[in-house]
Amino acid sequence: LAPWVPVVGLEIHAQISSNSKLFSGSQVQFAAPPNSLVSFFDASLPGTLPVLNRRCVEAAVMTGLALNCSINKKSLFDRKHYFYADLPAGYQITQQRVPIAVNGSLSYSLCIDNKMSQMVTKTVRIKQIQLEQDSGKSLHDDTRSQTLVDLNRAGVGLMEVVMEPDMCCGEEAAAAVRELQLILQTLGSSQAVMAEGQLRVDANVSVHHPGEHYGVRTEVKNINSVRFLAKAVDYEIQRQIEELQNGGTILNETRAFDSKLGCTVPMRDKEGKQDYRFMPEPNLPPLILYDAKSLPANMNHQQVVNIDWIHERLPDLPSVKRAKLVERYGILPEHSFTLLNEDGLTEFFENVVKQTQMKPKKVIGWILNDLLSYLKQHSLTVEESPVSSILLADLLNLLEKKEISSTAAKQVLAELWKGEGKTPLEIVKEKKLELIQDQKELERICQAVIDGQENEVIMMVLG
Amino acid sequence: ALKGGSRFQVSAALKEGRVTPTELCQRCLSLIKSTKFLNAYITVAEETALKQAEESEKRYGRGQPLGVLDGIPVAVKDNFNTAGIETTCASNMLKGYISPYNATVVQKLLDQGAVLLGKTNLDEFAMGSGSTDGVFGPVRNPWSYSRQYKEKSVPKSHSEDEESNWVITGGSSGGSAAAVSSFTCFAALGSDTGGSTRNPAAHCGVVGLKPTYGLISRHGLIPLVNSMDVPGILTRCVDDAAVVLGTLAGHDPKDSTTIQDNFKPFELPNLTDVSKLSIGIPKEYHAPGLSSEILSLWSKAADLFKNAGAKVIEVSLPHTRYSIVCYHVLCTAEVASNMARFDGLEYGHRSDMNKSTESMYAATRREGFNDVVRGRILSGNYFLLKQNYENYFVKAQKVRRLIANDFVKVFGSGVDILLTPTTLSDAVPYMEFIKEDNRTRSAQDDILTQAANMAGLPAISVPTGLSERGLPVGLQFIGQSFQEKQLLTVAKWFEKQVKFPMIELEVKRHNHGAFQHQKSASLS
Repeated sequence: LAPWVPVVGLEIHAQISSNSKLFSGSQVQFAAPPNSLVSFFDASLPGTLPVLNRRCVEAAVMTGLALNCSINKKSLFDRKHYFYADLPAGYQITQQRVPIAVNGSLSYSLCIDNKMSQMVTKTVRIKQIQLEQDSGKSLHDDTRSQTLVDLNRAGVGLMEVVMEPDMCCGEEAAAAVRELQLILQTLGSSQAVMAEGQLRVDANVSVHHPGEHYGVRTEVKNINSVRFLAKAVDYEIQRQIEELQNGGTILNETRAFDSKLGCTVPMRDKEGKQDYRFMPEPNLPPLILYDAKSLPANMNHQQVVNIDWIHERLPDLPSVKRAKLVERYGILPEHSFTLLNEDGLTEFFENVVKQTQMKPKKVIGWILNDLLSYLKQHSLTVEESPVSSILLADLLNLLEKKEISSTAAKQVLAELWKGEGKTPLEIVKEKKLELIQDQKELERICQAVIDGQENEVIMMVLG
Repeated sequence: ALKGGSRFQVSAALKEGRVTPTELCQRCLSLIKSTKFLNAYITVAEETALKQAEESEKRYGRGQPLGVLDGIPVAVKDNFNTAGIETTCASNMLKGYISPYNATVVQKLLDQGAVLLGKTNLDEFAMGSGSTDGVFGPVRNPWSYSRQYKEKSVPKSHSEDEESNWVITGGSSGGSAAAVSSFTCFAALGSDTGGSTRNPAAHCGVVGLKPTYGLISRHGLIPLVNSMDVPGILTRCVDDAAVVLGTLAGHDPKDSTTIQDNFKPFELPNLTDVSKLSIGIPKEYHAPGLSSEILSLWSKAADLFKNAGAKVIEVSLPHTRYSIVCYHVLCTAEVASNMARFDGLEYGHRSDMNKSTESMYAATRREGFNDVVRGRILSGNYFLLKQNYENYFVKAQKVRRLIANDFVKVFGSGVDILLTPTTLSDAVPYMEFIKEDNRTRSAQDDILTQAANMAGLPAISVPTGLSERGLPVGLQFIGQSFQEKQLLTVAKWFEKQVKFPMIELEVKRHNHGAFQHQKSASLS
């Protein structure tokens, strides 16, 4: 059988972290009472007009720069029309013709095998980043035959990040999205928490034989976590391969991922292809951005976004942070990935290192093998850890000074985990886990053991 | 002489205490009642108006009026949002809709102490050139009841009376034009997308100003075509228009299409020497269907300038003839988009049909919109379809650029102001007007006014003379972008030269007895 080449692209919507919405002054807040964060413009009251939120523009520029994009100094806004209960104006304001950023790239790493021992770096091209409005939420109540509409989310700023179909499987897609999440969180441009809907991912999946045209692609939606993304993509690839091998065809359709069943299903019929009747948004002039060179002297700074100014103030991106960790502490690259991957773990690690004489290269083992596995077992975040960095540092100091053995240290850690407020030293004393350094004392103990076991000794001497 | 006088005269009277704001307000309210048959007003805000008048009176009492507009009764076209007062756009879709906010221009008037008498009638959603196609019925031109019109009209039969002979106001801001023309207010706001302020101004014998696009905020103006709409100003003289402009113009952070430059309100100089002026006469505005009367008036006007020493030259705006089609495509496309929000969910009319959301949308929109609106939505959506977009919308945008460039070239060649007719003829009787459909009428009537909206230029219609039928005819001046001062200065000079006669309103009142024109009776 001829091999199949799976092709995966992603459309990611990241909610911009800002105080107010993209085109209006109403607040952005998760889980507020329904319809409590809706301005006249959000409700599409006739006669209201959009006013662009500067912070949202900055967030998009930051993100574009972090993803190595060209920032378009002039970008445009368009209306995308369709009727839906959660779209009060009957159109969404987006950037279809000329988006704010184009032609970037994102590097991400994968383990070659499952052992985290060999990492390989891959790159996915970023086609574009565009600013657009989020829609409201509609809840279908079939028992009462009604739809409940909450417009709190309507008009919140989104960055749509389009990743080219450079990925080949669920693992790659998941790793790329994870890296994007870290970048967005580092920048602060989006909190990017998938569970809160701040990061939504749609996957475009197709398969083809090497050397042939790309196959018909499907769009997979309703993916609520990075883990499910990998599952959904892999399932869809498999489904398409099986379908084609059985002589079937792939429909260019939208499918939803069912996390309970672990499969993709066709979504409710959207009545054929939609014509969105794109039209320029006449109430918003072209968005003009400046850099140090093009900035006119007498410009009101409130009205201007300076790309270079933003560039200078970009924080260290995850890739840079990892490299610095490796260089500073002598840990392995895969260690740095795990550190950054877990919220607060890097900070925890660095705090322990500061407070202990143990070398970072050794500390990392305790962090990644012991602490992290405890946390995972109990589904706790670093923040929720009953073992603080001080406590762990104290423990490691005891170990480093050879006051306890490494086995004993693990026992102490298990005790510390109970969170009863005892210090490592107290536990060691309590359980008599001290390492005996005195030679004479050791001899005395050994002799005592031998004395107590006369018969066994004789048996051993006789062979 | 107050009623016929300018705001300046009334302001002076208010300041001097010769008349109080409450008296003024009550007179206007009473006149609105007695001219109800004109159907110029959809909503009369009697209570709030009287309250505003009282507040104004207190300020005058303290010697602290807010400005020239304090206590002055005004009216606003019913497509501007007014907080607490119904805003209907003359449509079933918004019948009973009470907006929670004031349009910026309304707020500015109120902040200056103006007294808001009510909301005026229009074509539904401002689509039309007659003010005949709103759900509250057509507006009647006050000149239908003028001595000037009556003595020229030949009754066709004994049974015919003025009831069937009345003429339209033009549109779509007909209610505002009629309100100003019939003395029920001193100024009114209209809107202008293809001529909707200038056209009824010309037919009703009042001044109609279309400002430069981007000068006055559209926040709160329910849009027809966002890229062409402007708030329009209707007054009885050019000076008053300048005063209102001064109150309204300037950047609004709520409207991203208003220019940022500081606007300085100006007083109009009394121009005496026009020798440095260059007036352009665009030959394409000698349009098919232009009445010989108006042609003659236009020609006389040109001579007026020439004889006064101005340079008057023929110019060409070669793409004028494409403006109707171009406008049709762009207007309907934006209409289709702007009307998408009317789905019955958040506000306005909602149909009882509830089998599904889609069926509710469809029924709501069928019930809420008249067929003019629905027709434009269908056309607009057609032009916006992916397969049609390049050929229609983009093409029309390119043609729009050509039309705008025509003006740039002409003004760039040294011409200061263009002089053209505003309408093809004087106001036609309603019975005749409705023989053609809205689309046909709009296409005919907008030809002389539309291009200014395409190009975003300021333009003003000034009442010039009376037709053979005794009805007003206006002429239009088109100026350069943001050169309202020059435009209005020239218009004022012209106004002074032509001395347009005051309307002599004569109405037999069935209930309240006859009243003669109230020139001296009511407000002195």
